[in-house]
Amino acid sequence: MFLIYCPYCEEHREEEEFHPKGQAHIARPADPEACSDKEWGDYLFFRDNPRGIHHELWVHAVGCRKFFNVTRNTVSYEILESYRVGEQPRFTAEHPEGRPVETVAAENVTAKAEVVERQEGVKA
Amino acid sequence: MSQSLNQPNRLNEGGRIDRSRRLTFTFNGKRYQGHAGDTLASALLANGVDIVNRSFKYSRPRGIVAAGAEEPNALVQLGSSEAAQVPNVRATQQALFDGLVARSTNGWPNVQRDAMSLVGKLGGRFMPPGFYYKTFMAPASMWMTYEKFIRKGAGLGRSPMERDPDSYDHLNQHCDLLVIGAGPAGLAAALTAARGGARVILCDEQEELGGSLLDSRELLDHQPAAQWVQRVVEELAGLDNVTLLPRTTANGYHDHHFVTLHERRTEHLGETAPLVDGVRPSRSRMHRVRAGQVLLATGAHERPLVYAGNDVPGNLLAGAVSTYIRRYGVVSGDRLVLSTSNDHAYRAALDWDDAGREVVAIVDARQAPDGELVEQARARGIRIIEGTAVIEAKGSSRVSGARVATIDAQAFKVTGQAETLPCDTIASSGGYSPVIHLASHTGARPTWNDEILGFVPSLLKGVHAAGSARGIHDLAEGLADGVAKACEALAALGRTAQAIELPQVDARREGKACALYQVPHEKPTLRAPKQFVDLQNDVTAAAIELATREGFESIEHVKRYTAMGFGTDQGKLGNINGMAIAARCLNKSIPEVGTTVFRPNYTPVTFGAIAGRHCRDLFDPERYTALHQWHVENGAEFEDVGQWKRPWYFPQVRPDAVNGERESMAEAVARECLAVREKVGILDASTLGKIDIQGPDAREFLARIYTNKWEKLAVGKCRYGLMCRDDGMLMDDGTTSCLGENHFLMTTTTGGAAGVMEWLELWHQTEWPELDVTFTSVTDHWATMTVTGPEARKLLAEITDIDLARDSFKFMDWREGRVADMPARVFRISFTGELAYEINVQANYALHVWKTLFKHGEKYGLTPYGTETMHVLRAEKGFIIAGQDSDGSVTPEDLGMQWAVGYDKPYSWVGKRALSRSDTRRTDRKQLVGLRPKDPSVVLEEGAQIVFDPDHAIPMPMVGHVTSSYYSPTLKSGFALAVLKGGHSRMGETVYLPMADGKTHAAEIVSPIFVDPKGERQHV
Repeated sequence: MFLIYCPYCEEHREEEEFHPKGQAHIARPADPEACSDKEWGDYLFFRDNPRGIHHELWVHAVGCRKFFNVTRNTVSYEILESYRVGEQPRFTAEHPEGRPVETVAAENVTAKAEVVERQEGVKA
Repeated sequence: MSQSLNQPNRLNEGGRIDRSRRLTFTFNGKRYQGHAGDTLASALLANGVDIVNRSFKYSRPRGIVAAGAEEPNALVQLGSSEAAQVPNVRATQQALFDGLVARSTNGWPNVQRDAMSLVGKLGGRFMPPGFYYKTFMAPASMWMTYEKFIRKGAGLGRSPMERDPDSYDHLNQHCDLLVIGAGPAGLAAALTAARGGARVILCDEQEELGGSLLDSRELLDHQPAAQWVQRVVEELAGLDNVTLLPRTTANGYHDHHFVTLHERRTEHLGETAPLVDGVRPSRSRMHRVRAGQVLLATGAHERPLVYAGNDVPGNLLAGAVSTYIRRYGVVSGDRLVLSTSNDHAYRAALDWDDAGREVVAIVDARQAPDGELVEQARARGIRIIEGTAVIEAKGSSRVSGARVATIDAQAFKVTGQAETLPCDTIASSGGYSPVIHLASHTGARPTWNDEILGFVPSLLKGVHAAGSARGIHDLAEGLADGVAKACEALAALGRTAQAIELPQVDARREGKACALYQVPHEKPTLRAPKQFVDLQNDVTAAAIELATREGFESIEHVKRYTAMGFGTDQGKLGNINGMAIAARCLNKSIPEVGTTVFRPNYTPVTFGAIAGRHCRDLFDPERYTALHQWHVENGAEFEDVGQWKRPWYFPQVRPDAVNGERESMAEAVARECLAVREKVGILDASTLGKIDIQGPDAREFLARIYTNKWEKLAVGKCRYGLMCRDDGMLMDDGTTSCLGENHFLMTTTTGGAAGVMEWLELWHQTEWPELDVTFTSVTDHWATMTVTGPEARKLLAEITDIDLARDSFKFMDWREGRVADMPARVFRISFTGELAYEINVQANYALHVWKTLFKHGEKYGLTPYGTETMHVLRAEKGFIIAGQDSDGSVTPEDLGMQWAVGYDKPYSWVGKRALSRSDTRRTDRKQLVGLRPKDPSVVLEEGAQIVFDPDHAIPMPMVGHVTSSYYSPTLKSGFALAVLKGGHSRMGETVYLPMADGKTHAAEIVSPIFVDPKGERQHV
């Protein structure tokens, strides 16, 4: 049973409180109607199954109900980090030792700006 | 019943037993005596009981081999009463208590004369691995019959047939350092960490803490080692930051340092927990430990040597011989032959000699052994035969002699003439295997260490091993290793610990051990008498050789083919020997062959301990509506819907009842259905999921998540909506009502409520965070009462201030007002096809409103109905239930519900794109239709398969199945909903449903709407 850090509650909690929701960072195509059947099928049905570092989406189902991402090693089951939706991982298959904190922080600032931009789009 | 009160093998002094306390116990119907401090095994040995069991496959007589968890033979069935039965208890781990009753697990009619042994004796040679599969292969249909017979022959213990009188607890525990094993390394580590202020849990599976120190010949600080143990345990017990758990086995090492410990609290006191002040305490506890760091001080298991006849009672591990003498004052025979590959095992001969019994010879596989223990034995004049091994044990129900011969250094062949030494006990030692089971549970593969001739554990981050558990068998080094590893573990937590002062141990010079696993025989392995590798599973060296010859090269395949290391044994004694034999047969090294994977649990755990309090009434939470008590009082039968208890139907006393007989389900449902269609009925619909949705973007969100349109739904209106996954398949349905411009109330199916809530959050949080909208579950806050039927308006009008006139409160409107003087929301939604009002009030008011409705409803014939009637009524109208008539592979179009799909909505809503995929456009998809059996008395089986041509050769092409089927009292006929390939274009055709009983039903494909196809009744 995993011990998972919720980046919103900022606490480690037992796996029983969470639900796994599959691979993280699966973006829904912005214009579904422009996708070919194959592209749409890839989005719907195809997922990675890596040996080693994997990014997963979890939800703190009986806690704060927030969705967040987890970087987990599928061999050792070690959880390397938890991070919020919209943020980028520090630990990746290319950087198993972790990228510099500053680099990731800068990316996350950019990502947040995009959300704000989308929000303005809706209000308009 | 014979009575044996004297214990022929009990020494007059020594050991840790209390000779002043005699305990009486029964084994296989005979009464014996032992002492407090005995295990069942030590007491049996003390009484000279040689045969404790029959072997699993060959039914050979078996005796006690070991003194701990690794015991393969002495599995017993415990319990004097049916309720107290416990299967597969190791006699070596069961503390003796007064009145203990045990039987051998195997053996019929008894272990002394076993009918099955004839099979073993005659058929032994003809029962190679895979024997059962090969012999009983055909015909396949007979396998079930064979299996019953084989299982009876095998005898695997049995579970109690009566309710367990005991209770079991689960405890969640947290600590900085969990130390598993309280031998020298574990005690030293625990003391170091405890003095450093860390929160420590120390557990050990034995009755007493101390491990090997309890029977050690070595001195600590010039005193018996047990005295040091006592001092350390006393100090630990006095520290607040330490939890000591004796009689506690660490059985499973799970993810992220989650370790399950099974603490046996009362099993040493009686077969059920003795009452304390009239209360029965829990029999055992499962400690669910989440540890910061874990230190494995699990010690090592001695390996037996593999020689012919090594399973005859009287063959023991050398260490077990010592343990029985030094800890229990029991010497297991008169004349000993010791066969060894190492110095350490010499203890057995010295202890035997100290006990005043005869050591016939020490048979050492090495040339010129010269360690200190060897010299002690020599000095006592014990005969030591070098370069030799016991190649065969003689005897059938007890060892009568040992055939000893010189062997070559590689143990390939016997090189000299065999000599037979008369003896009744053979102790053997092939070295020591670190107990790596728990480390293996973490998924880390152990590595072979040539220096110690054993596998040592590989360790994940946060896991440490100390002492014998990682091959450090020397006492002084093991103590120091415990201290060092405890310091490392604490350092990993950012804490520091001071090394403690260790007791002085006299250095002892030990000679090098040699590698010896299978001892050669004059005959080749396949022809020699049986040489057992795994005693519990009856796996021989020949079986392993045969498996490799038959092409099983992976050790995992050899394991599965021969059953080596299976079951409750988990390869404790036999695995390394088996791997070594496989490696030799395959011309590989042991590390090349590798190990199999050890799995939890380390030793068997009773199901009660695993279940804890999660059983009976507490197995799963039950959810009740606010009206539950009324339903109970009015005789409802209940149905489980998710965790909810919903009234299923309300059987009444039959009008013609003599003794108060109540209606059958069919009669009750028919009466309830007609009441709704002709008068008025009432349903407790409180369990429907309700989600309150608010925010400026709530309407936009609904338009994206539902298939249909929402931009024009006005305040005061309700709309039915379909929810798809992005693959276009129906996921849930329900009505959503507009409470305010930015405020909606969504309903979901009862079972789907939590899933839909999570689904909404998923889309909002991950894809559309820019939408300003919030979701709140209000399922439990509102009670929902559906009043439906032609008389519904008249009834409700009597107790509400809401204007119910047909034109001011239309179908699919909702109104706020008062019902029975309580604030209420009333929705004109119909799931029956009749005039219907869904009254929602705060749950606390529900019973008052419900009772008021009945007070006024009697004159209208108000009838409570349950879920079964609800199903009949909705199916008559062709209303689907998501999850019953759909199964995750059904689109709205398959259901014929294009009217609820907004193809031209601006946003590409969830599921839309998938509806134009080539697969969802197929014309032969299964589509929802109605079925009318040609014989109206037939109610088709739900799940029944549909075929077009009943005369087609088997296998017939199956073209669909029945999803809902009932008898309709309104139609006076059975009717069904079904999904059928291309069903929408096959109206009027006949299909067939072949049933398991050989009958074939014919049915006509019709519209799924059976009653009031124009929907006029709900609009009145």
